[in-house]
Amino acid sequence: MLKVIDSAIPVACWSCNVAHNASTLFCPHCSKIQPAAAGDYFSVFSLVPKLDLDLGMLEHQFHKLSRKLHPDRFARATSSEKEWSLADTALLNDAYRTLRDPIRRTEYLLKLQGAEIGEEYAGKDRKDPSRVPADLLEEAFDLNMQLEEMRMSKKMGDADPELQSGLEQAQKKFSDMLDDVDRDLRAQWQVWDNGDEAARKESEKKMVSLLDRRRYISNLVRDVTETLAA
Amino acid sequence: MAAEGRVVGIDLGTTNSLVAYMEGDKPVVIPGVDGSNLVPSVVALDPMPKDDSGRPTVTVGNSARRTLVETPERVIYSVKRLMGRGLEEVQSELHFFPFRLADDVEAGEVPRIQLGELRFTPPEISAYILRQLKRNAERFFGSPVTQAVITVPAYFNDAQRQATKDAGRMAGLEVLRLVNEPTAAALAYGLDRNKEGLIAVYDLGGGTFDISILKLRDGIFEVQSTNGDTHLGGDDIDNLLLTIALDEIHAEHGIDLRQHPGAVQALRKSAIDAKIRLSSESSALFDFELPNGDRYQREIPREVFEQLIEAVLNRTAGPCKQALADAGITPEQVDEVVLVGGSTRIPAVRKLVEDLFHLPARGKKPHIELNPDEVVALGAAVQADILAGASKTTEEMLLLDVTPLSLGIEALGGTVAKIITRNSTIPASATEHFTTGVDGQTNVAIHVVQGERELAADCRSLARFDLKAIPPMSAGLPRIEVKFLIDADGILQVSAREQRSGQQAQIEVKPTYGLTDEQVESMILDSFDNAEADFAKRLLIEARTEADSILTKVEQARTNPAWGQLRGEEISAIDSACNHLTAVKAGEDLNAIREATVALDKSTHRLAELMMDAAVSSAIRGKTMGEAGEQLAEEVTAPHPMAPAEFK
Repeated sequence: MLKVIDSAIPVACWSCNVAHNASTLFCPHCSKIQPAAAGDYFSVFSLVPKLDLDLGMLEHQFHKLSRKLHPDRFARATSSEKEWSLADTALLNDAYRTLRDPIRRTEYLLKLQGAEIGEEYAGKDRKDPSRVPADLLEEAFDLNMQLEEMRMSKKMGDADPELQSGLEQAQKKFSDMLDDVDRDLRAQWQVWDNGDEAARKESEKKMVSLLDRRRYISNLVRDVTETLAA
Repeated sequence: MAAEGRVVGIDLGTTNSLVAYMEGDKPVVIPGVDGSNLVPSVVALDPMPKDDSGRPTVTVGNSARRTLVETPERVIYSVKRLMGRGLEEVQSELHFFPFRLADDVEAGEVPRIQLGELRFTPPEISAYILRQLKRNAERFFGSPVTQAVITVPAYFNDAQRQATKDAGRMAGLEVLRLVNEPTAAALAYGLDRNKEGLIAVYDLGGGTFDISILKLRDGIFEVQSTNGDTHLGGDDIDNLLLTIALDEIHAEHGIDLRQHPGAVQALRKSAIDAKIRLSSESSALFDFELPNGDRYQREIPREVFEQLIEAVLNRTAGPCKQALADAGITPEQVDEVVLVGGSTRIPAVRKLVEDLFHLPARGKKPHIELNPDEVVALGAAVQADILAGASKTTEEMLLLDVTPLSLGIEALGGTVAKIITRNSTIPASATEHFTTGVDGQTNVAIHVVQGERELAADCRSLARFDLKAIPPMSAGLPRIEVKFLIDADGILQVSAREQRSGQQAQIEVKPTYGLTDEQVESMILDSFDNAEADFAKRLLIEARTEADSILTKVEQARTNPAWGQLRGEEISAIDSACNHLTAVKAGEDLNAIREATVALDKSTHRLAELMMDAAVSSAIRGKTMGEAGEQLAEEVTAPHPMAPAEFK
């Protein structure tokens, strides 16, 4: 059931010339640092792609690898080693940043599987209207009206208490909705991590639409929170 | 390894700069020739326009500070505020400073400061300060120093960091790492405790404010978030007091001091004195003699002072809250708060910090054990030791810092597509793909910005890249991969490749603000500085200069009333030490000159004490002349170019 994720092409270590796996950051033979690896973020941590991760272990591994790879350890090394240390550490940091966050991790894994999804954090597609979940269309429309009204009344200097409490309710409602999505996502993690090929494909589709939904709701929650705090 | 020499840690501050190193398992500050740990970040151009090498003769530190009132147009201080900044920013900054821009600076160029008849870029001025620190360290070790760690405010952007690195290169220093100041402070505090937990470092210096939240675990200092304001510090408080005084003097005495740069500097000194006194006293008298002999006197009670500075101090609250939010923690989760920077001596600042992090309710106090003026330099020395490797004390320590600002690319419609978000651990990278919009297009222009705003125009422009020599293809067909990498210094590197043709795309980097490699190269200060043979000669010259300086001081002291209080044998001991030093000074034996200098200094032990008693303060006892000077310097609580405390 385990998928081979490492690039199987062996490369020779620049220092001791012993062949090793291309996704390895250190030569298993002489321990010297190797040029930036060819593998994915999971392979940086010697993991197979999976969604339910032990974050304590991940942090421990991150610290352990940082100690070995960080440019601070190569301040007086050869210029090649310095360069590799910089590239390898950037890869390690990028990998850790992505994998420790549940949403980014899910997005990343889905992209590895070839899914087309927006990015929650990149600021792109932030206001992409093409993917409004159908069941939310009406509610979202109403909410945006209320938000507009609230902004206007705040500008005039008098916050309508009725509007205020309406928005607070909406904030609560959509936050709860977000929690629901997160719960559903976690359930899909289990399906993906433990399922066979067919189950995985099915689960990937579900996660893509859950992430779309999540992105949309979290934008709404953010807008409400910002408007209330303004 | 002797060939590689020591790595020193440098705090290149707005007001003062320091150099430190690890002495065994303890970081210590290296004093200058005058015995002072702090080198005021002041550079003066001597009246003699040029020396034989064609380079201007400049002085740095206390001696430069002395000339500030007489010839303000030949002195520059707080240059850190100008580092990596564009013309417009610098112009607004210069409002309160006596120096002015060169007339012929054009938009897009690095601004040049007119100093006497010469003009300098901010990195060149900083290079003079760095060279002084380098020399202090070399004098102390008796061997060349070529590698350093330099600290920068955590909230410095790419251009400000690059400018600092350029300054290092001009001063003949290989900058092994730029370290963020609050992180350095955390290193200094974390060295002797096996602490685990979350710490916040609140750093309010002369010109900049930083807040950083760090997680300590297993010797790893992992920055969670950072925020700040590169335009907020003690200078702003000085300016508030100064503005009030200038306006009141104008209104009450009909004198517009703004027309007299020297007088403004003297008034600034009075303002700083009052500010410093208000940290320990409940009221201070602002007392200033006007050019016409009248006195401007104003009593400032502490409550009034605190009301006055409230708005300035409150500007630190927003960044603190944002840093906590970005770290995903509440104020109660912060285990320790460390205070850094001279301005944290102000009681109202401490109160604000205690409130922000809910300390009193938890029975905690902010940490102030290490001297807030020195702690950053000490931390830099720790980081220098980590980089040098081969040290038991620091071998388990590692600093993982973050980028303070998001990196983005200008997209269609002038919006920003963020590619690396703020508070990402560095080094960090992002890969983006670009293509052409027109058939046969061979160039693609990319605009990189730094900041959090949605529109590129509201962010800080970092650089414009031109991807050139793209093989002509149909529109949308080329696939150019651009890799953005923020290195461990927080500086951006870019590389690009056209994937379909496999060609390495050429990149022409045009930093929006900054010097080209060639410009930096042409500004390198005396290149012979590092040559071994010259080095010995230089040490000898410096030792002689030092000997001359103490001999002169002793000669001057002969007319001081304190001289009369010396016993006969004390006078003859001084005389014989003087004679001995004068004799060996003519020779080539470096150690003999140094020993004789120390001997003379020792023999003046009681003389210094008597002079101190008479002239300055009864608090200083049992010190030689050198030490007395050092102690005086330490007593300046919030040092500034105009602060007093020089021993003559």
